[in-house]
Parts: sequence; C-alpha cells; structure tokens
Amino acid sequence: MNPKANVIALKDVHLTLSSSAGPVHILRGVSLDIPAGKAVGIVGPSGSGKSTLMAIMAGLEKASSGGVFVDGKDYTKMSEDQLALHRRKRVGILLQAFHLIPTMNALENVAVPLELAGDKDAFEKAEAELEAVGLDHRLEHYPAQLSGGEQQRVALARALAPNPKILFADEPTGNLDGKTGHAIIDLMFDLHKKKGATLILITHDQSLAEKCHLVFHMSDGHLKKGGSKL
Amino acid sequence: MMKTFSNFPLPLRFALRELRGGVKGFKVFLACLILGVGAIAAVGGLTDSIRTSLTEQGQTILGGDIELRLFQRDASLEEFEFFSEGAEVSESIRLRGVLRAPQTDKRTLVEMKAVDDLYPLYGDLVLDPALEKTSVFAHDGTRYGMAIDPFLADRLEVSVGDTVELGDLTFEIRSLIETEPDRSNEGFLWGPTVMISTTAVPETGLVTPGSLYNSHYKIRLPGEVDILAWQNDLIAAFPEAGWRIRDRDGGAPGVRRFVDNMGMFLTLISLTALLVGGVGVGNAVGNYMRGKTKVIATMKILGADSDLIFKTYLVQVGIFSIFAILVGLVAGVLGALGVVGLIGSSLPVEVGFTLTWSPLVLAAVYGLFVSMIFSIWPLAVAKKISPVQMMRDLVDHKKVRPEWRYIFLMLFLIAVVMGLAVYLSPWKYTATGFVVGSAVVILMLRQTGKGVAWLFSKAPRAKRPALRLAIANLHRPGAATGAVVMSLGLGLSLFAMIALIDKNFSDNLNQQIPDEAPAFFMLDIQKNQADDFKALAESLEGVTDINMVASLRGRITNLKGIPVDEYTPPSPESSWVISGDRTITYFDELPDSNSLTEGDWWAKDYSGPPLVSFAAEEAADLGLEIGDTITINVMGQEITAEIASLRSFDWGTRNFNFVMIFTPNALEAAPHTFMASLNAAEPQESAIHKVLTDAYPNVTAIRIREILTSIDNILIQIRSAVNYTGALAILAGILVLGGALAAGYRFRVYDSVILKILGAVRKNIMTAFIFEYLLLGTITGVLALLFGGVASYLILTQVMDMTFQFYPGAAALTIVVSLFITLLFGILNTWQALGEKPTTVLRQF
Repeated sequence: MNPKANVIALKDVHLTLSSSAGPVHILRGVSLDIPAGKAVGIVGPSGSGKSTLMAIMAGLEKASSGGVFVDGKDYTKMSEDQLALHRRKRVGILLQAFHLIPTMNALENVAVPLELAGDKDAFEKAEAELEAVGLDHRLEHYPAQLSGGEQQRVALARALAPNPKILFADEPTGNLDGKTGHAIIDLMFDLHKKKGATLILITHDQSLAEKCHLVFHMSDGHLKKGGSKL
Repeated sequence: MMKTFSNFPLPLRFALRELRGGVKGFKVFLACLILGVGAIAAVGGLTDSIRTSLTEQGQTILGGDIELRLFQRDASLEEFEFFSEGAEVSESIRLRGVLRAPQTDKRTLVEMKAVDDLYPLYGDLVLDPALEKTSVFAHDGTRYGMAIDPFLADRLEVSVGDTVELGDLTFEIRSLIETEPDRSNEGFLWGPTVMISTTAVPETGLVTPGSLYNSHYKIRLPGEVDILAWQNDLIAAFPEAGWRIRDRDGGAPGVRRFVDNMGMFLTLISLTALLVGGVGVGNAVGNYMRGKTKVIATMKILGADSDLIFKTYLVQVGIFSIFAILVGLVAGVLGALGVVGLIGSSLPVEVGFTLTWSPLVLAAVYGLFVSMIFSIWPLAVAKKISPVQMMRDLVDHKKVRPEWRYIFLMLFLIAVVMGLAVYLSPWKYTATGFVVGSAVVILMLRQTGKGVAWLFSKAPRAKRPALRLAIANLHRPGAATGAVVMSLGLGLSLFAMIALIDKNFSDNLNQQIPDEAPAFFMLDIQKNQADDFKALAESLEGVTDINMVASLRGRITNLKGIPVDEYTPPSPESSWVISGDRTITYFDELPDSNSLTEGDWWAKDYSGPPLVSFAAEEAADLGLEIGDTITINVMGQEITAEIASLRSFDWGTRNFNFVMIFTPNALEAAPHTFMASLNAAEPQESAIHKVLTDAYPNVTAIRIREILTSIDNILIQIRSAVNYTGALAILAGILVLGGALAAGYRFRVYDSVILKILGAVRKNIMTAFIFEYLLLGTITGVLALLFGGVASYLILTQVMDMTFQFYPGAAALTIVVSLFITLLFGILNTWQALGEKPTTVLRQF
C-alpha cells in the first residue's frame, strides 16, 4: 500500500526514551493507516502509549524508528521547525488540560494559529469560530475568567480556526464534568462533520470511541485494530 | 475593545500580550539591573560632575589663564617683562615652614603662601572676618598680618588677634581662611596654609639661595590670545628656564588624576555589582522560562517555530531590561545628585551637579549587554527543546545546550563588555586583571557550586535526620546551591578582597612605616647652620640617629650628549627621572644603605672632572652605562658628569635616597641647603621639635606622625567610597540569593507540608533548614575568602608592590557575613513556608 494514499500512515513506529532508570520503550512497532475525513478513536489504559502515539502523529514527538507520513509529508525527515510550520495550517490539537495562554483573552487565544499563519483576517475568523462554539459573548475574557467547559470550547475553536485537515483530540473531556464533556464531544463531532477534517480522538472511554468510524486499541505500546463502521 | 497589538510584528505582538502578566518573576531581574546600572551611572555622573566643575572653574582653580612655576628662583626681569606684556600677573611664593605660637608654646609645619595685591586674579578669597586684603596682610606699623587655615587655629589654640612666628618674623593673625580659590591646584600640602604678603617674605629669612621655595606667576591673558601659542612662544624664548606651565584646562592635575582613577576603580567595582546582578538576571530569566514551559509548548503545538519563541521572549527580556535601565539611570542620576549635595562642599573644588550623557550611555550599554549575556542561555535553551520535552521537564532532566551561534553571541557580548571596561580605564593592566578575574571567579564559582552539590550527593548518609535532609536539599534537582554560591560568592569575594587589601594597606602605613621611618625630616638647613644644627640635635635626649645630607635641585638636560627632549629611553618606566627637577646630592663616601653594583666609588679627596653615581635600575631603564655622561642644570648652571658607578638601594627604607649622587667637588660651590632625618624616641618628639625649631626658625621640621595622620584621613575617605560601592556588589548578591530562594519557595512549602503530614514538628523542619543554610553559608564564605584572598594577594604583590599578610579577622568577617546573610534570608523564607496550611498546599500541587 502506498502510505501517501492515507492522510496518516505509520510504519513500524518505535519510541524509546532514556531515563535515569534505563531506557523506556513506549511504542513497540506501531503501524496504522487512516483515511482522510474519518473519525478515528484510539482507546487504551493509562500508560499504554496512546498520547505518545498522538504526539508522533501530530509531529510533537519524533519516533525512534519507523515511518511517519502525515498529509503527504514524511515527518521523519522534517526538523522541529518544519513540523511546526506544517502544523500551522494542517493540524489542530485539542488537549485534556486546555492549554490556553493565560495572558491572552479568548479571542486572542483563538487567533494565535491564524496569526502564526499570517492570516490578515485572523481576528474576524477567530470571532466566527468562537461564535460557532457559542462563546461570542466571552471574546475578551481571559482563561482564568472562564469555566472549564468554556475553556475547552475556546481550545476547540482555536484548534479548528485554521481549518485543519486533521484534528487531534487527547482526552478532551478528561478535565470536565460528564454533562459539559458530552456537550464538548457533540460540538467536536458536529464541527468535524461540517469541516470535513480527519478526527483522531484519544480516549480511555470506550463509549466515546464508539462514536468514531474506526477504533484502535492501544496496550503496552502495541496497537490493535478494533471495531469499524466503515 | 482590548488592544490586541495586531499591527505589530509577531514577536512584539506576543511579547506585549505576555507582559500583561506583570512583573511577576522579573522583580529580582529588575532590582539587579537597576542596582548595577544605577551604581555605574551614579559613579559616572559624580566623576563627570567633578570633571565638568574642574573645567568650568578652570580659571578660578588655576588662579589665572596660565600659571608659571619656577623652583628655587624668581623670574628674571627679562622673563617677567616677556610674560607680563599685555597681561595681568599676580605673583606668589610658596614654601614650607614651621609656625610657632608663643602664647600656647605650640608649633606645627605649615605651607606658607605669600601673595601680592592682585591675588586672586579669578575667584574670591573668602576670609573671616571679611577684611580687605590690604588690611589683612599689610604692615600696620607694628607687624605684618596673616590669614590662617581655621584647622591651624585649633591646632595651635590661637585665634584672630594673637601673634605667631614664622621664620624670623612675628605676625598678627587677622583672619581665618574660609575659601582659598586656587587651593585644589596646589596638590598635596604638607600642612595647613598660612597667607602673608609677598612684601613680608624677605624679612622672614626663609627665602635664601638654595631654599626649597616655588615662585608662582598667575597670568590673566586678554581674551583673544591663543593660550597654546602663547605657551610655545614663552618656551621658545626661554628654553632653559625650567618653567612648569599649566593652563586653565589643566589646573588641579592631582585632583583630576585622582577623580579619574577613583572613578574608574569605582566603575570597575560597580561593574562587578552589575555582573553579580547578571547572575540574578540569568536565574530570573531561567525561572521565568521554566514557568512559561506550558505556554511555549502550546505556542509550538499551534505552529510557532523556535525562532519566534526565542524572539518573543528576547523582546520581553529587552523590554524589562530597557525599563530597568531607565529606572537605574534615574536612580543613578539621583544618587549622584545626592552625593554631590552631601559631599560637594567638602571636595577640593566646588562641585555642582552636571548631567552629561556619556556616563549614562555607558551605564545603559553595560546594563543591556550584561542582561543579554545572562539571558541568552536560558532563552536559547527554551527555544531548542521540543514541546513534549517541556511537558516532561520535571521527569526527564535532559541537559540541553544552546546552539553554537548563541554561545558565540554570548562570548562576543562578554568580549565587548570586557573590552569596553579595559578601553575606558586609565590602568589597562589592572582593568584587564579585574574583568578577567571577575569572569574567572564567576566561572569557578559556577563550577565549584556544581562540584559542591555533587560532593554532597556522594556524601555518606548522615545519621541525624535534620542533617540528612539539609544535605539532600543541597544537591537535589533544582537546589539553590549553585545559584547562591555563584551570586553571593562573587559579591563576598569582592568584599574579602577589599577587606584584605584595606587591612594590608593601612597596616603597611600605620605599623611598618613608624618602625622604619625617622621621626622628623628637617629641610632648609643653611650651609652655615649645618654643623651647629647637627651638634644640637645630637645633644638632645631621645635623638637616636641623625643623618644629614646636602640638598640641591637639578634637571637633566643631556644624556650621552643628546638633549633630553630628543632622547628616547629604552624603557619608559623611569622617564620620571628626566621629566623635571630631581633632588640631588654629593657624598665623599658611599651611603650605608647603598651598595655598588658596577664601577668604583671615588676617592675621598677626589678633585678631577665631575663624576656621578647613578641608581642602577633607573640607569638601565634610561639606557645609561658606566662611562656615559649626563648634563644637569643646577640653578641655571650646567654641570656635565661622567657616570662612575651604579648603585642599588631600597626605596622603601624611607631614608634619603637619591637617583644621582655627585662628587663633592661638582656641587659644593653651588648655593644649597642641607636636609636631615632624625630618629627619635616618641615621648621626646615634641620636646625635640620645640628646641630645634626655636633655635632654627628657618628650618622646616616635618613630623612624620602628622603626615601619616593626613594620609590616613585621605585613606579613610577613599576607603569609604570603595566600601560603599563594594557593598552594592553584596547587595546585588543578596538580591540574587533572595531570587534563588524565592524560586525554590514552592518546593520548600511542599517539603514542609509533606514533612508535617509525616509527623514532623516546626522545630524539626526548621532545624533541617538551618543546617542547610549553615552549610551553604559556610561553603560560600570559604570559597569567597579563597577567591578574594587570591585576588588581594595578586593586587598587593603584583600591582601595589607590597607584601601580603593574611588577616584572620577579615577572613572570619567574610564567613560571618556570608553566614548571616544566608541564614537570615533562608530562615525568613523557611518561616514563611512553614506557615502554609497543608490542605491548601496539597490542593494546589
């Protein structure tokens, strides 16, 4: 199979980190193909390596060995800065801890990726994204002035603002109560459908993963294919 | 709508948004830079103010547009006519003498200044009571009048209306001198000033052929006259006159030199304070960047490249630096203004505050460069690591080295700062030693700090839990050991260095000199008084030794047949020998304290052509050998002598030592006086002084003890200036220490909470922390003592050419100061940490 035919293709990916106690093998030969526009769930217990796998697919972490092809790019041959430039327009990332910049208000937080991409209409687009997540009344609020759910909605608006081809979501409801979490998930899937972006959802919640077209199970650094709605 | 800075370039845009977080984390950064920049600006502002005042008051300080000095003679009629043509000339005479107060039977060495009616040409002579000059000094039918320094009135216990004796003449004190406008131009004075009229001088009997007096001619020139051309004309007309010429731009050269040297020395110390502060800047930026890990990670996740991250935080550091530098400059200007206000009137010249740009620009450049030097590393490290590594920072302690281009940039900036400090210093070698020494000490302290932490990590497990915890705190990840050892250590090294130099220097003066030096130097003993004087002195109780030598002044005009102006000595070290008048003498026997290194001493009754014995070291510097000739001008008469021998002697013996000793037949016929050194027992010094000065009123008796007191007073002032500036380096060290402790505060709170949960009481925790700070303070103090001791040893032995002695008192003080500072700040920090409620803290972690 041509790895470039899929939006994400991993070939026998290994990741080993050094520590004072000796090397730690986090990924042990992961191979994966993800077609464009689909929602993919990766489930597994804590410490199984699913977040690290996401970091590799998002270009945040470099694999120790193996092939990583994302949106036609061979990540293994790209420098950290080249990966950052690639992420600007093509990749959106939503994390469990929101990671909003505390000194910027909601509008500025959402505008950051657009500003980085040199978009002259960054603030108008950011405002539209915040409106889409129902926060048009909170534009000038700082993260500390927003509830957890609101913060995650700002983070979602920020991740989707540059219209990425791929949206990574790492335990996006992990810091939220059940009701708010469900609202965020619904919003995320809704926007995924509207924008047509590939969604990679990392979660330990099987019921969430089942909303996806494809589900993979991660265990002790190994990946197994689960259910499929394709 | 809130400002989003969307029109600015990205790094500035993001930096400005980040600054909304306020100065949190940058307080120590700001304080360190403000302190360092403020100190440099204050020192620069003060020295510039003094320099500007010296220039602005040039005519007043000099007492004219031009001053001509002649030694041991007045100007000839021809010379006087030449330099007074179209000009106004005020003549004065200066010499040293002993002033006696018959009512109180006290006497002391004074500097006599005889002035004419035109004095002063510029500025005002302020007297108390404010009498007319003519009535102060004039002969009122009974005696001449005199104005004296108020300090002298106290010393002799006399007041206005009393009579005093100077030489053969009795004067009436008619006023006290409040301001002598040209005082700072006189240089070092051996005693307080008395002023009389020039018409009274001949009757004092103090000015005779060979007397050590100076004739001064202060000249007011018409405005259109080119001063330099005028001087050249004078020199061309009278090339052999031996003028010492100063113009209004070069008055008070001693004060200028002192201000320049002192200014540079204090600038170097301030620069050290700034470097100490630089460590604080580096720590603050490092801590700030660690605090920003998640923000940077987020930015990178969103697609920010590493250059953008570097630039964003560089802009922030730049903005904080500029703010701190501006505040520092204002503080420095206010500081200089305050010092001028406090001490301006007690300086040798009236100093007004002048704001000039150059010291402020210099302080700003130093501040900005030092800030950048210490910030680049943490900024470049933050740039290099990946977002995932940042998120794992607390677990994965990977050492990250910045890219080489940043290391080269740091080295370049360091070289610029060091080069600037050396370039601007009048003492290149000392300045080089100072800046290189500081850099070496910073590096060594940094490495030693790491080494100490490593050693503690390998230390056997202590049995006492408190000590075990203390040792663990010294080497655990994020321990303040390195930062404290480096920052406080550098400030304390400077403290130890200054303390040891100061102690050695003052002890050299106060202890060694009195042991070796004579009690008195007696000058201007007339030829016909020499034998009687010696006999009287030897007969006095307490006089243990008397050494009398002929004294003449001569100026070398030719060496090896080459005029001195055209002669280039192989080494400039001894060019002082040929640059002006030197005291010369004659001996028929080699003086006891001298030894011949080459050639032969002349026969006792030598009557051939003049011969000279030259100091060996100076002869080598000047390129002179046995058989060469020198020509010397003694009171207008030229004497050519052949070098017959070379001698060595120790300048440090404080006895009469001469570069040139001639055969008696060469100089005996010239008008000259004798000088004597007298060793005497201290209890009899006053009585001996009285008998000799009563019997020989024309003889100038210099009591070494009085001179040492004057020097000591000057040294006290210098010491204060150095100590106050040096204290700034320690203050900077304290700021850095405070910053380092504050950075670790969160962990300290966590530690104390966990220990409390495990059952420790406040006392247990406090004991552990006290052990930790005791160890840290002792280590820092010992290291500072080591580095400061080596630096003071090198300065004393290599620069000052003095002997070095280790003073346990100064050493103990360094360690005590170190312990005090670390314990005080450590306990304050810990006490606060102990007060935190466990439940609140655990919720935060």
